[in-house]
Amino acid sequence: MEGNSSFKASVGVSVSRLDGCAKVAGTAQYVADLPRREGELWGATVRSQVPRGIIKSIDFDPDFDWGDVTCVLAADVPENVVQLLEDDQPVLARDRINHLHEPIALLACAEPAKLAQAVAAVKVVVDELPPVFDPVEALTNDEIIWGEDNVQKRYSIRKGCADVEDGEAAIDAAIAECEVVVRGHYATSHQEHVYIEPQGVIAWWDDQGVHATGSMQCPYFVVKGFVRCFGLEAARIHITQSVTGGAFGGKEEYPTLLALHAALLAKKSGHPVRLIYDRTEDMEATPKRHPSATEVTTGCDRDGRLRALKLSTVFDAGAYVTLTPVVLSRGVLHAGGAYCWDDAWIEGLSVATNTPPNGAFRGFGTPQTIWAIERHLDRVARELGCDAGDLKRQNLLVPGDSTPTGQVLRSSVGSLECADQAFAASDYASKRQRGPVVEGRRARGVGCAMFLHGGGFTGSGEQRLKGKVAVDLQPGGRLLIRSASTEMGQGAETVLSQIAADAAGIALDQVSYATPCTTHVPDSGPTVASRTTMVVGAIIQEAALEVSARVGSQRKAGESWSEAADRLLAQEGVVTALRQYEPPDWVRWDEDTYKGDAYPVFAWACDVAEVEVDLDTFEVTVVNFWIAADVGKAINPVQCKGQLEGGTLQAIGWALCEQLVWDGGRLVNPRMTDYVIPTARDAPPFETILVESPYEHGPGGGAKGIGELPMDGGAPAIAAAIEHALGLSMDDLPLTPERLLERFLAETEAAQ
Amino acid sequence: MKVQLVLNGKRTTVDMPPLMRLIDALRGPLGLTGTKEGCGEGECGSCTVLLDDEPVNACLVAIGQCEGRTVVTVEGLGAEDGLSPVQQCLVDHGGAQCGICSPGVLISAEALLRRTSYPTTKQIRDAISGNLCRCTGYERIVQSVAEAAKKHREVDETAWGAEEIARKGGSL
Repeated sequence: MEGNSSFKASVGVSVSRLDGCAKVAGTAQYVADLPRREGELWGATVRSQVPRGIIKSIDFDPDFDWGDVTCVLAADVPENVVQLLEDDQPVLARDRINHLHEPIALLACAEPAKLAQAVAAVKVVVDELPPVFDPVEALTNDEIIWGEDNVQKRYSIRKGCADVEDGEAAIDAAIAECEVVVRGHYATSHQEHVYIEPQGVIAWWDDQGVHATGSMQCPYFVVKGFVRCFGLEAARIHITQSVTGGAFGGKEEYPTLLALHAALLAKKSGHPVRLIYDRTEDMEATPKRHPSATEVTTGCDRDGRLRALKLSTVFDAGAYVTLTPVVLSRGVLHAGGAYCWDDAWIEGLSVATNTPPNGAFRGFGTPQTIWAIERHLDRVARELGCDAGDLKRQNLLVPGDSTPTGQVLRSSVGSLECADQAFAASDYASKRQRGPVVEGRRARGVGCAMFLHGGGFTGSGEQRLKGKVAVDLQPGGRLLIRSASTEMGQGAETVLSQIAADAAGIALDQVSYATPCTTHVPDSGPTVASRTTMVVGAIIQEAALEVSARVGSQRKAGESWSEAADRLLAQEGVVTALRQYEPPDWVRWDEDTYKGDAYPVFAWACDVAEVEVDLDTFEVTVVNFWIAADVGKAINPVQCKGQLEGGTLQAIGWALCEQLVWDGGRLVNPRMTDYVIPTARDAPPFETILVESPYEHGPGGGAKGIGELPMDGGAPAIAAAIEHALGLSMDDLPLTPERLLERFLAETEAAQ
Repeated sequence: MKVQLVLNGKRTTVDMPPLMRLIDALRGPLGLTGTKEGCGEGECGSCTVLLDDEPVNACLVAIGQCEGRTVVTVEGLGAEDGLSPVQQCLVDHGGAQCGICSPGVLISAEALLRRTSYPTTKQIRDAISGNLCRCTGYERIVQSVAEAAKKHREVDETAWGAEEIARKGGSL
């Protein structure tokens, strides 16, 4: 219903972001900008300098004045476990070191200069053990660094003929019967998030319990970590998100550890403690995207119809489990790509190495397997002598088809429309037909990638999570949204407010979004997994509708919305609607067999990249980039395009220039100077096309989750375009000039 | 050492060792936290400020170098009654997401728009190429700055004659 006369629909309109003015005026307070609390100390972390070993002693320089320095060691930690999927990661290393830069001791002091000297005055004596760095070697290595065999997790997905006891033999036989069999091996490398605001938390204790404020995606993860470590009840743990300067998954699980560190120092010192990393510490110590190695064998018909897929992927987990099993799960669930396979056998393993734990990063395992399947289909097309774009389009999943888990796609499948729109806008077909354009010492080519990304938690995850939100009626008929979903740049605050305003039928400026603080907002679940708009937005919409209906039912003739709201508030004191998410009733998922509806719906996309390669230096310039994405319904088209473009540029960076260099488990380039992310001059002009194939349960008329989708397709589209330009088929990331040159020279030599 | 400078249009004195970084003076005793630190080595551009009208990284400038000079930070961009054209355009056209790079981007854009009222897309990309943004893919920052240039020109066209506009690279 229409709440008041000034109502103007805001869903589907590119309203300006609600947190925008404070951000451009410089008044938004990120954690480092928060005023210093009385008696506040600076915190610092003493870290391991070897990748693996046994701690023999921790020595404090007797000549150093430790009088005003607080020190926390493992023995000071009430329960020394970081609460996540497994209990393998300590808050501070006890006796064993499993990766470089592992936290061993915490120090706090009022003087930052003295604090730095104090860190240098702690000497950790270690008996070194042989480290393991290569996940594939770790599978056969005698050195056991995790569990019984270094394997942290294993998943298996079987479809069609492979769904038998000896599925591997069955899929091998099915592939062998196919007219065309193609094999390939593909690898991806680490990626650092490079949120421009480094990680940071401020913690303090008082009569109410413990407080931690900082840059984070998931305040309730931190609560769970504090309940476990300090044995406190949740009502005494107050975790507040400060304005967050980018996250991309990097502030999903790590802030739990950081907040625990700050709170441990605050508890022992009796003072507030500010623990903010500089860029180098942030890059050395915090999680990265999991490297992967994937083997793919496929069988298809001579006319290009895909038949059978065998895919096996290994993810490098790093030293501890953290979120790796969930990342791997999403990786294997998307490993068949956007394509229909009659028979499929997909296996995924995560393996421990003595490197800092890898963790959540936008895409969450999917960019790794999409890289493999997209590069493989480019190889199949080469084998068949057809265009890869035609081959991919021919085999796209459409409604009625089933995915490798046997999920039959219902509606909201914009796969074909995305391909057609991206091809038309980019003039893909004629550019491909014409072949690479060589002018002087520069060659230009185009390539495409097609992909999908499931919205929300996998399988029964949302059922278990039971995300909640509240919408409160406030004086004058305003609405306050209370949700744990965090604004980290992606536009959640604006988009969720738009959804609530339209559901209630009131103007957008009558809606406020509460700062996520765990003792004031319900647990909406973490701000991850492309779930915020689609899942949390759906229950915010219901809650706003409920409040609106209650005001409406009280409204007398001639009374304004705000008058009716005030009268209802006067009668009832508190008017609030609390909603809990329930997945659609047709969602079926079997966690044991990995069969069923992995996600209630997928977002779809097709990328077309156009690149120019310098034939002397092998520098790649991305000259144009087209994205067509089926987002269900764009609540805010400009912000939606901003997400798609920003995610795509992260993927382009991963493909072309972002390379973490390791030497003996130590990151050689933990700095922005030599870990290079794209600048405005490196970024292509984007043409972004929104395809709207509504999802029946999505808010605002059918919105789907799109936060991670754009991370999946950028790298393979770039690789396909490079292949078109140069004739070089690259199977491993990154595609730096050095690696392209190396491959070019190898192929030239082989041809002679 | 007492350093005198003109900060956001006001005569200001700050008492600090001369080799302390400008960013620490701004964010510390001067209380201006709009200038952000992302890397501390002049790569990310989050701390970009104008020093005598030239964009510089405040993490690479010593406060002693600012004696007698003018410094403009993001706090100095807006008019009394609200946001400057480029600030408003960044909000309206999707040029700000997480916002941590925005103060630096705005200063670089301001420096560009002071030099030219008719920037090409390439000039805009060059001008902000020292400001790393991990959120937007830059497309909408470029569009925001182009829109701001249009707004500036609207002001120009009422205030200036054809000669002045031609000098700034445009035509009526």
